[in-house]
Parts: sequence; C-alpha cells; structure tokens
Amino acid sequence: MTAPPATDAPADAPPRDPPPVVHRTVIEPPSGWQLLGLRELWRYRELLLTFVLRDVKVRYKQTVLGAAWAVLQPAMMMAVFTVLFGKLANLPTGGVPEPLFYLSGLLPWFFFSTAVTTASNSVLGAGGLITKVYFPRLAVPLSAVGAAFVDFLVSCGLLAVMLLAYGVAPTWNLLAAPLVVAVVGLFALGLGTGFAALNVVFRDFRYVVPFAVQLGMYATPAIYFAAQAGEAETPSETIRLLIQLNPLNSLITAFRAATVGGDIPWAGLGVAGLLSVATFFAGCLYFRRVEDRFADVI
Amino acid sequence: MEPAIRVENLGKLYRVSNRGERANYATLRETVMHAAGAPLRWARKGFAPPDPAEDFWALKGVDFEVQPGEVVGIIGRNGAGKSTLLKILSRITKPTTGRVTLNGRVGSLLEVGTGFHPELTGRENVYLNGSILGMSRREIAKKFDEIVAFAEVERFLDTPVKRYSSGMYVRLAFAVAAHLEPEILIVDEVLAVGDAGFQQKCLDKMGTAARDGKTVLFVSHNMPVIRMLCRRACVIERGRVVYSGPSQDAILRMLPDSTRTLGQDLATRTDRRGLGDYRFAKIHAAEANGSGPNILTGEPAQFIVELSRLTPGRATKVDVAIVIRDNYGACLTTLASHFIGCSPEIGAKSTRVQFSFDRLPLLAGRYRLDLWCGTANDEQDVVQDALIFDVNPGSFFPDVADYRLPRADRHGSIAVQYDCTTLSSMRSA
Repeated sequence: MTAPPATDAPADAPPRDPPPVVHRTVIEPPSGWQLLGLRELWRYRELLLTFVLRDVKVRYKQTVLGAAWAVLQPAMMMAVFTVLFGKLANLPTGGVPEPLFYLSGLLPWFFFSTAVTTASNSVLGAGGLITKVYFPRLAVPLSAVGAAFVDFLVSCGLLAVMLLAYGVAPTWNLLAAPLVVAVVGLFALGLGTGFAALNVVFRDFRYVVPFAVQLGMYATPAIYFAAQAGEAETPSETIRLLIQLNPLNSLITAFRAATVGGDIPWAGLGVAGLLSVATFFAGCLYFRRVEDRFADVI
Repeated sequence: MEPAIRVENLGKLYRVSNRGERANYATLRETVMHAAGAPLRWARKGFAPPDPAEDFWALKGVDFEVQPGEVVGIIGRNGAGKSTLLKILSRITKPTTGRVTLNGRVGSLLEVGTGFHPELTGRENVYLNGSILGMSRREIAKKFDEIVAFAEVERFLDTPVKRYSSGMYVRLAFAVAAHLEPEILIVDEVLAVGDAGFQQKCLDKMGTAARDGKTVLFVSHNMPVIRMLCRRACVIERGRVVYSGPSQDAILRMLPDSTRTLGQDLATRTDRRGLGDYRFAKIHAAEANGSGPNILTGEPAQFIVELSRLTPGRATKVDVAIVIRDNYGACLTTLASHFIGCSPEIGAKSTRVQFSFDRLPLLAGRYRLDLWCGTANDEQDVVQDALIFDVNPGSFFPDVADYRLPRADRHGSIAVQYDCTTLSSMRSA
C-alpha cells in the first residue's frame, strides 16, 4: 500500500522554513563493480584521520611501554638477525655494517606486515561501526595502514640514531626513500584491503593471512641477504626469477640503498611500482564489489 | 515541493540457507567443496533454479514520502522490518529493489555512542564519535563546551570512558548525537536510555529539532513518545507499510484487537523483566459486589493480583504496584502498595493482593495495566499490558443523563470530584 500523497499531511504541520536543499542522496540496489569512490573518501578525510589517531592512541595507551614498542620490536629483531644470520650463518651483507643492514631491511618489512595484518582484520574488527553508521568502507583498511605508517615513522627514528652512531652520512639517494615507502604502502594497502574483504566474505580466510605474511618474510630474502653481493650464491634461475617477482625484494633493497647506501635498483623498483599499483586496484575494486554485503554478513 | 525523503518500491531480500543461516555468509572451505561438488549435483538432477523458499523479503514494495519539516514515526512489532528500513535509509546496507531519495544532509542515530572506545578519554571520544556521525572537527570544537555541559561530565573529561558509570557514558554519547545538525534526522529508539530526568532532556531536544523545521524519522516502541512527537506514523507489518496516517490511529492499529478477558493468566508470559524471585501468576478485575466483569465509572471496583515466591526461603515483604495506562500507553497513575504503607508478605504459596476503589475514577474507555513487583533493592517482576480492559459509563456524576456521561476518548481519562457554583452576579459599576 502506498502512503497518502503530500496533501494528506495535516494542515497544521507546516514545513517551516525548510533549509535549502544542498545534498541529495540516492540509495539504489548495488550495481556490481564500482569505482574506488576517491572523491567521497576525500570528503571523509577527517574521519580517516580520526581513525588513524584512535588506532595509534589506543595502541600506545594499552601497553606499558607505549610508543617505545614501535622501536623495541625492530631493535630486538635486528639483534637476533645480527647474531643469527650475521654471526652464525655468515650471510653476505654487501659490506654494510650488519646491524644497519638488518634494521634497514626490517623497518619496511615491519611496515608492510603490520599494515597488511591490521588492515586484513580491520573490517571484521569495525563490525560495530559498519552495522550502525555509514561512511566509505575503504576508510577502515586505509586507516589501519595509516596507523602502521605512524609506527613506521617512529621506528625510523631508531634507524636515524643508528646511522649517526655508525657515522653514515645521508646521500642524495635519501630523496628516493619517500617514494619507496609510498610504493610499499600502496602494495600493503592493496593486499590488506583485498584480504579484509575476503576475511568478511569467507570467515576462515583469517587463518590464511598470518600464515601468508610469515611465508612472505622467507620469500623476501632482501631482508637478510645482500643479493648484489652474492649473485653467484643464489641458487637457480627459476628461484631468482620468482624472488624478483616479489615486489618487496626490490622495495627493501631500494629502501636500504636510499638510507644506508648502495645503488637503487631502478628497474626492480619500476616493476614493483607497477605490480603495487595493480595490486592496489585489484584489492580495492574487489573490496568495493563486496562492501555492500558487509553489514549483512558481519 | 520535493519531499525530504522519498521511498519507492523498496525491497530487501535475504537469502536464508536450509540451516537457517544467511547463505551469503560462507567459509572458504564450504565454497571450495561446493564448487567441487557442482558437477556431481548437476549430473544427478540437472540444473535447478535456486529454491525460492529460501528467500526472505525483510521489506517488500515499501512506498512513502516525508515532507520537509515533518516528524514521522515508524512503528511495528519486532521483526516487522523496521530495522531493515532504517539500515537502508542510513546507507548501512543496500536495498534489493527500489530507490530512496534523500534531499538534505542526513544524520542517522541507530544507537548512541557508536564507535566509543573504552580506552580513550571522554574528550577524545567526543571527537571520535562526532566525526563518525559526520561532524567536522571544527564543528565539534565549536560545540564542545555545549556537549560537555549537556552531558554533565565536565569533571571527567580526561578520564578514559571505561571508568565512567553507565549513566555518564550514555549521557556523553547522547550529548554528541544531540548536537548533530542534519536536515534529516533518522532516529532509532535511542531515547530508551538513561534515567528519567535525562530521558526528558532528550525528548525536549527531539521536540526542539522538530520545531526547528528538521525532518525527523523516528522509530520506536514507545507509543506515548510517538504520539507526542509525531503527527504521522507508518505501521510496518511483515515488511510492508500497512498503514500510514495520524499517529493516534497508527498506534491503535498496533494494539491487540480484542480486550483480554478480565481475568488473565500471566504464568505463560515470557516477555517480562526483573530478577524473577517473585512472579505474578494472575490478574483479575471485578466489580466489588458482583462477580460480573462489568466495570463502571464511579462504582466500586477491585484489581486482584496473584503472585508467589519462586526461590526457596521464608516469606518476605515485597512492594506491589499496578500502573494504569490509557489505551495509547500513557501512564495515568500508579497504585503502589508502599504509597499507602502496605507491604504484602509473599511466600511459596501463591498469595492474592487486592487493590480496591470505592468509586473507580476512570472514565469510560479502554485501559491497560502493567504489573510491578520489587524488593528492597531489586526489580523482581514486571509484566507490561498484563490486562487490557474496558470501563463502561457509570455514575461517578450521579445526576448526569446517560448520553452526557464523560468518555475517555473526549474528556480525558480521570474523573475527579469537584464543585461548581454560581456566584452572585456582579454589576459593573
């Protein structure tokens, strides 16, 4: 049955000075693949910022060590790697002091793995919000990556201190670092967003992500192994090709070159950039395709 | 003029799988196994279209319009589709069919304190919740003092909200929501929070929003509030709008059609509140003298409730109360044992407690009774709409002709004793 037309409204319910209509929202059934909706995301940039601030604040409030945690974790790993890979396995570091070598590899890796892991769980974790209020859903994984980026910046302080301690002077290569970090972020965002969506649609997918991230570390020898120095020691052509297909390898090598010193692998960086952009679009588009179901499924 | 909200042929379909779960919730394992089994199933019975019995339309063919500045209530029983409608209007989920057009900035409140984080301070949560509801940081900063004053939590602004009392928490949460300034406000029963004083404050705020010319869509079970705030209401039943019109009539549609008999067995009622050490078993209304169920205005009448203690122990004193409501659910008065210094002792054997009137002061019309039982600190048993009964015209005012007797639908609900005399006429000098 239809509602009575407007004239049926009681005469004494006057539309008193209705405000001028600015916004018009049309809600329609979902239409399959959608664009990223970047313009809307931009309108909600303050919410995005708020989410990032919340994640960062909460993380540092809940732990006794607070912000030191972001520094302590890579510092410990650096120590372990120095002993394990440097002293025991004696893996080549390409002439770079071992602690510096491992730290400059671990920092972008931690940024990547934290970003992917937290982004993957972010949508399920934000279920309370998603079922109660509207905002562009992409803001959720995006802010998780943002929070991981803040951690990364904090831990970069440690790297700066170490560089000073070892007397390594910055070179012009340092200018490439933001670009490299941006590509790492883009790659993490693509994977994290895609995983976040898969996590909602397939409930058992969440067991896959931590495992995949752990595997990823072994598939990224750049963290603990200087490829340029030990080309001959790298096993077979196939394995080398596979390793090069992993964008993180070039990205981490590039980050190390930019900060600690060495040659930036521009070709590898280019390939990694293309792959990251492709991953970013694939992840976000899939996310957008299934996001309408989130509220019904969570 | 263009309506503020236009809903056309709106429908929402949920797929329900055989196990009663929604089918679009899946695990990777099941999906893979399902895909692997597909050729086998296909070979066995050929391609079959999906079973339509598994489809559930939470909403179907819903049409309505809300004009700018109108305050419209949406009422319906649990599961009627109200929440689905709200979720679509708030853009939380998408419809399966139809279209909604909203002309104006929309603010929707499906709960208070969405996104509140227990570890963050009151101040931080105001900003967090405000931006989630769609306010800019500037806007929040501008209204910050007002919000804090409204919530009455000035002293605890820098305390994490996990240390707040539940009252403080809710007040702060509502305060943020109340300072949202959209053109279209969509509200879901958020008023059912806080103590009575605070509820009144919230109601006032809603009333102000309505007077300011905002369009409000208000979903609630609280019929008196709907009647007070909304001129028009829509009734939703099984996913369809079955009535749309003046809120009084809409509310009447919601009520059970037939008068419950004057004796009502309450033991089977499950929709009750309270600790449950004591339970009402029966309520019974009667004329004082006869046993007949003809209750008349101004005549003796009595309400008898039967209750017993369910947990073992000695008989203890309790407070028993009957809340008399009009047909729309507004509270008229409460007959409480403790108002008149009586505390019945209730043991394991069922005990009858009687409330009686010499002259029943209710005008002819339909009334509903809620029952309440409590001990020193706890609410023990609350049964709403325990009895619905009619009062027939009677002789509260003995000299009035029958056809001029007051009636509840015209003259209010309560009969009181008063005098009216002509004073000597005064000549203007």
